[in-house]
Amino acid sequence: MAFAKKTGPAGKGRGRGAKATGDKKDGQRRGMFRRRKVCKFCAERIDDINYKDVRVLSGFVPERGKVLPRRISGTCALHQRKLRTAIMRARQIALLPYVID
Amino acid sequence: MSDRKYELVYVMKPDATEAEVAEQQAQIEAIIARVGGTLEKTDAWGRRKLAYDIGDHKEGFYILHAIAGSGELMKEIDRRLRNTEGLLRHLIVRVDEHDRKAERAKTARVEDSRRRRVARGLPPDRQPGEGPQAQDGDDDDRDGFDPTEA
Repeated sequence: MAFAKKTGPAGKGRGRGAKATGDKKDGQRRGMFRRRKVCKFCAERIDDINYKDVRVLSGFVPERGKVLPRRISGTCALHQRKLRTAIMRARQIALLPYVID
Repeated sequence: MSDRKYELVYVMKPDATEAEVAEQQAQIEAIIARVGGTLEKTDAWGRRKLAYDIGDHKEGFYILHAIAGSGELMKEIDRRLRNTEGLLRHLIVRVDEHDRKAERAKTARVEDSRRRRVARGLPPDRQPGEGPQAQDGDDDDRDGFDPTEA
């Protein structure tokens, strides 16, 4: 199932053509074509959110060092909860920061 | 009471010598031997940059142990590590439940996908020549514009 991500040309053609114009309009018509957010862990089928995977976790810890809220990342409730514990553990052993100022 | 599985990560000072690291490991092994349990895996991550400064240190030497044993054993190790010089941080996490849950989620998903494929009249596993499904894989360009969602 891993290669399901590689979309064939047929699947993408539709989205690609409209992309350039869609991006430009974004500034003026904010929110009109907002993309539906998908939980990264559901989409990529990551079952195990581990405190040791700094590379995965750091994507959810923006500059300030706080946990990226669900409303922005689109993570589902189940995975956000797991993500949170993983981040908290990683912080304890200085793999991730508590705050950056 | 069967053994539980734990992970122990500790961070030693970056200037710790190899002998000190070895001694620390020997100490933990001694506790495991005394209280009862097994050391299943040792993994030295080596020197890493710390996400924040601890004392004067900007780097740490990370070591991971996977241990099977009782809660009493981990309590003892925790108590010992608290009073150890030369250790910046340590963390003990119970992992067996977590692993079991992840495993269950995975098998559930695989079975679900097989069931649905059979329902669609396909063989349960993906065939090598099969093309990607349209709704999957649509996510790799994040800023992609999809007219159907407008």
